[in-house]
Amino acid sequence: MARFQRSGKKKMPGISTASLPDIVFMLLFFFMVTTVMREVSLIVKVKPPRATEVKKLENRSLVSYIYIGRPANTKVFGTVPRIQLNDAFATKDKIREFVSSERDKMSENDQKRMTVSLKVDQDVEMGIVTDVKQELRKASALKINYSTRKGNPLEKERYY
Amino acid sequence: MARKELQEINAGSMADIAFLLLIFFLVTTTMDTDSGLTRRLPQMPDEEKPKPDDENLIKERNIFLVLVNRNNQLMVENQLMDITQLRAAAKEFIENPNDDPNLPAKSEIDVPYFGKIMTTKNHVISLQTDNGTSYGTYITVQNELVAAYNELRNAKAMQKFGIKYTDMKEGDDRMDAIEDIYPLAISEAEPKNIGGK
Repeated sequence: MARFQRSGKKKMPGISTASLPDIVFMLLFFFMVTTVMREVSLIVKVKPPRATEVKKLENRSLVSYIYIGRPANTKVFGTVPRIQLNDAFATKDKIREFVSSERDKMSENDQKRMTVSLKVDQDVEMGIVTDVKQELRKASALKINYSTRKGNPLEKERYY
Repeated sequence: MARKELQEINAGSMADIAFLLLIFFLVTTTMDTDSGLTRRLPQMPDEEKPKPDDENLIKERNIFLVLVNRNNQLMVENQLMDITQLRAAAKEFIENPNDDPNLPAKSEIDVPYFGKIMTTKNHVISLQTDNGTSYGTYITVQNELVAAYNELRNAKAMQKFGIKYTDMKEGDDRMDAIEDIYPLAISEAEPKNIGGK
């Protein structure tokens, strides 16, 4: 019984931090694997409209992006909305070329499931969007997705 | 002189280095999955094919015409409408609860789980915009129309299965049954100029 009393007086040993690097490395690897670096740098400003009835785009490798918005650098490129494909401005005639080059990157099975995501600024006029849609139809890239942010468009936007 | 023993590398700072990398990846990671409204564009019409005859054209009562002009005003079935009323109007059109002769014709179809059921399967919502309409308004209108469908589908699924349509998993055959009853038919018509230049 005396032994118990003695051990009760002892100080608590400090928690060993030897396994801390392992834990941190585990987290590190997790984030390294899940991270997706943005492939293109945007040269147009895109603030997508809000919507509530959204669906998630699952398979990233099947999605190609078309950006439409006002140029970010308005001093050089003006304020007329432009189309961005990959890393450069483009005209609508380039869309068919773009679609076929994106198609070539995919395997034959995936080509049918290819989705084009339209990332369009909410203040852009429909004219340019309609033109792009017509070009996509001509290129028979029929699955499209209007990229949106979450939120009810009928409510006033809140800034946190 | 006696050779010193080889000293072990101090691994104490390893955790710091790993932390540094970890924080870097935490900051650069974008976890946001892309989301949006998914649509299927119609095929480009074949120029060699003859235009459909008048018989094959969709009947007037089956069309729900939504026009948006360059000032972002809505005209629904030839009446000016506020966007907040669009959802209710679309729901009434799709459902046609009282078998109104001005609303889409109902026909009987056989759906798994439900059996024979009356639906307005031939209805079409036609959304037409002007070149000057803002994209934000266009998406808002699209969103309201999809919301109308989703509300009807949710109600039907809740009544039959006790689960919301929007909560069902992808590939669920109950989902297909609901979609058979309320088929999404939003037509994005050929571009036109509405309301003049």
